Amino acid sequence: MSYTISLTVNGDRRDVTFEDARVTLLDLLRERLALPGTKKGCDRGQCGACTVLVDGRRINSCLTLAVTLDGADVTTIEGLARGDVLHPVQASFVEHDGFQCGYCTPGQIMSAVGLIAEGDVGTDPERIREGMSGNLCRCAAYHGITEAVLDAARRMTDDKTRKSA
Amino acid sequence: MTVAKPLPHDAARLHVTGAARYVDDIPTPTGTLHLAFGTATIAAGRITDLDLAPVRSAPGVIAVLQARDLPFANDVSPSAHDEPLLSGSTIHYLGQPIFLVVATSHLAARRAAKMAAITYQKRDAILSYEDAMEADSRFEDGPRIWQKGDTDEAIDTAPHQIEGQIAMGGQEHFYLEGQAALALPGEDGDMLVHSSTQHPTEIQHKVAEAIGRPMHAVRVEIRRMGGGFGGKESQGNALAVACAVAARLTGKPCKMRYDRDDDMIITGKRHDFRIDYRAGFDDAGRLAGVEFVQMTRCGWAQDLSIPVADRAMLHADNAYHLEHARIESHRLRTNTQSATAFRGFGGPQGMLGIERVMDHVAHTLGLDPLAVRRANYYAPSVAGGLSAPHAAAPRPPESISGQMKSGEDLTSRGAVDDVPPGRALQAPAGVQTTPYGQPVEDFILHEMTDALAATADYATRRTGIADLNAANPVLKRGIALTPVKFGISFTLTHLNQAGALVHVYQDGSIHMNHGGTEMGQGLFQKVAQVAASRFGVPLDAVKITATDTAKVPNTSATAASSGSDLNGMAVKAACDTIRDRMADLLAEIHQTDAAAIRFEAGEVHAGGKTYTFAQVATLAYENRISLSATGFYKTPKLEWDRIRGQGRPFFYFAYGAACSEVVVDTLTGEYRILRTDILHDAGASLNPALDIGQVEGGFVQGAGWLTTEELVWDEDGALRTHAPSTYKIPACSDRPAVFNVALWDAENREDTIYRSKAVGEPPFMLGISVLMALSDAIAACGTTYPALDAPATPERVLAAIQRVRDAD
Repeated sequence: MSYTISLTVNGDRRDVTFEDARVTLLDLLRERLALPGTKKGCDRGQCGACTVLVDGRRINSCLTLAVTLDGADVTTIEGLARGDVLHPVQASFVEHDGFQCGYCTPGQIMSAVGLIAEGDVGTDPERIREGMSGNLCRCAAYHGITEAVLDAARRMTDDKTRKSA
Repeated sequence: MTVAKPLPHDAARLHVTGAARYVDDIPTPTGTLHLAFGTATIAAGRITDLDLAPVRSAPGVIAVLQARDLPFANDVSPSAHDEPLLSGSTIHYLGQPIFLVVATSHLAARRAAKMAAITYQKRDAILSYEDAMEADSRFEDGPRIWQKGDTDEAIDTAPHQIEGQIAMGGQEHFYLEGQAALALPGEDGDMLVHSSTQHPTEIQHKVAEAIGRPMHAVRVEIRRMGGGFGGKESQGNALAVACAVAARLTGKPCKMRYDRDDDMIITGKRHDFRIDYRAGFDDAGRLAGVEFVQMTRCGWAQDLSIPVADRAMLHADNAYHLEHARIESHRLRTNTQSATAFRGFGGPQGMLGIERVMDHVAHTLGLDPLAVRRANYYAPSVAGGLSAPHAAAPRPPESISGQMKSGEDLTSRGAVDDVPPGRALQAPAGVQTTPYGQPVEDFILHEMTDALAATADYATRRTGIADLNAANPVLKRGIALTPVKFGISFTLTHLNQAGALVHVYQDGSIHMNHGGTEMGQGLFQKVAQVAASRFGVPLDAVKITATDTAKVPNTSATAASSGSDLNGMAVKAACDTIRDRMADLLAEIHQTDAAAIRFEAGEVHAGGKTYTFAQVATLAYENRISLSATGFYKTPKLEWDRIRGQGRPFFYFAYGAACSEVVVDTLTGEYRILRTDILHDAGASLNPALDIGQVEGGFVQGAGWLTTEELVWDEDGALRTHAPSTYKIPACSDRPAVFNVALWDAENREDTIYRSKAVGEPPFMLGISVLMALSDAIAACGTTYPALDAPATPERVLAAIQRVRDAD
């Protein structure tokens, strides 16, 4: 039997039909929607390279069955910038050199966007490190990653304060 | 000048937008086929029956290949031709590829690969050091032994003696991007291979042999890897060869990537070591003599184990002058994955042996381990730095032409060295030598240790920790400051060469290519900085391009920390050739001296006139001057006889020191790294931001090797830690809470690219400070020496605490 779902990916509505209900969101993105920015690191939910946002929450796309996402709003690394303008977290990763080989970077950035939105860690470096510990970086660019998230969190908080003032 | 600037990675914007492409991201043509290996489920024995019919009839399967179906060479070894792509009936390790499935999708191939019905006749697997020693299962005829002075006499007549043993585990590379390759068949048997590899030339060579074509028919391209760490020096051969063979057979593009579990079960890892030691020393802890017996499990095939074990011997001294030393090395053949290159390449293991000795000596005498270390340091550099006359260059290695054996992979570190060893260099009078006879003329660790001990406040903190430990029965702290001296150069001398290709276009834009590969270390950016500096143009005028065997041939692996040293020099040579041609032209036009023409800030100043760089490029083109050049570099001063263990294998040494403090919960064995201070020598850094990244990352990876990263094989030889769920690499939260990293700002004494130093591997060994700090904390639980093995998992720390307490 086949399954058809309709979801939004980076603002575009996509209708997808599956013959097999076991297709993960990660494989859907990489193999069928031509969005290879989301990486496959371990394919079992332990390295974080495949992190994307579903309805604003960060999830491991390799552990999420695509058929469960009918009506969902998915954001991947390709959908974060507004045209040429980088998202504050992206800009901050460039500024703080929060990577070496770059393979975990899309997952780190999506995780950071999710973490900041969760609003629990504020600008406490210790809690940021803990909150980012599900995203492994084998190059161990953790100093730059922490600084980047911290800086982005500060900037985004300031922006929010300014807007509400 | 663009060198020495802290510029970010070259592809920064691509990385943060997800646009940076790795091999698995390259769009594939319609009809691309996907591959998977069927692998052995026993560690040693024979296949008595192999039924592949269920595999062949599985959905999506196009072809299934066994060893006998391979048209040409069945060999993916980088050294001894002992590593078939597909096994015959004999099985050497659990995970060994037996057959190859070619299918319409990745999943179809993997599902089918599980369907074979295989019957085995098992034999007892050789898994442990004891198994291998008992069976005399080894590479090379017997142990390699290097001797300096009279060790027995020196140890026996010294006031104090110790002996002991340290075991240290291997390490999984866990590059976030797993192994991957894509082969695209061309006309007339040509093959284009995209491979996630640190060694494109070797991929080219192995693929050419496997498809029965000359190397010119195979082109290998790699833009970037998602991490390598040595794991992509030889371990990508199997995938690239499999893809090429299948592509030749089917006429379709073929792609293969290992699933993470398959990657960990099939590919080699860092060598684990067990080192027995015996030492004699005086009341100040100065070693009179020391003896090491190093054993390493090399796994089932030779791969790069010989040079790895050599490098462990070459670092048995670390930073210490050993007048009487004996180093014995056993390279054991076991029924496990074939251990391979991993950042440090045996150096960390050899170094940990002597660091253990220093720690043990200090404990025996009740001295501060740092005082013992310093008492044993090599003498300070006396030659007076850069202005002093350097020793005359030795004669270069003899030509290897005419000695090439057919099928020999000369560009591999596992190759047999056919270059006759030169005469060993005589050390200048008064200069101390390593156990292998290399003069240590650039020793800067005295000054570096002074500086680090001061900024880390070592002495005060050590006293404070002793007080805290005396007052607190449960939580114990420990601190250690350990040095690193790491030899820079490939120990297979002829690999110390590199080529580059540079084009300048009429509009002044520059296309740069060299043999180095990018795996996150920032090599491409550093080398582009060199090119921009030579032409005096902004960095964005230089296009960084993918490593390509058709542009620069016969390259060495990007390994041994040599990337910037070798390729930077080769690119400099190519740029200078073109720049000199431009200068000669302008000198002729302006009737001035070519040496007076300046290239800076995107402009060229000649005879009072200022041109843009682009105008000069156009002018040169119109005057029919070639704007393309190759560059070549070979490292000078090297001479090495590995059998005798004598000579100068290294152009220079890179230094570093780290001070780490830990706290241990003595009830559970759990611990945290509280603070780490590092001072590292990158020479005159080409790019301080990238170098500091290498230092931080290297330290964390080294600390991971010695603390949480544990490989466990069961009694059947199955690797039980084959995913991140069971194999723990450091996470963001494992980094020291206080982490201060600084570079030692001094030029390399040797004439390297802009007097910088190699920085890829040396910082890895700064992680040893963490293990020694843990030993210090455990020692506070009693009077017995903890003799802590690595990785010091909480379990192992708790056991050591119990040992120490029980002994009192």
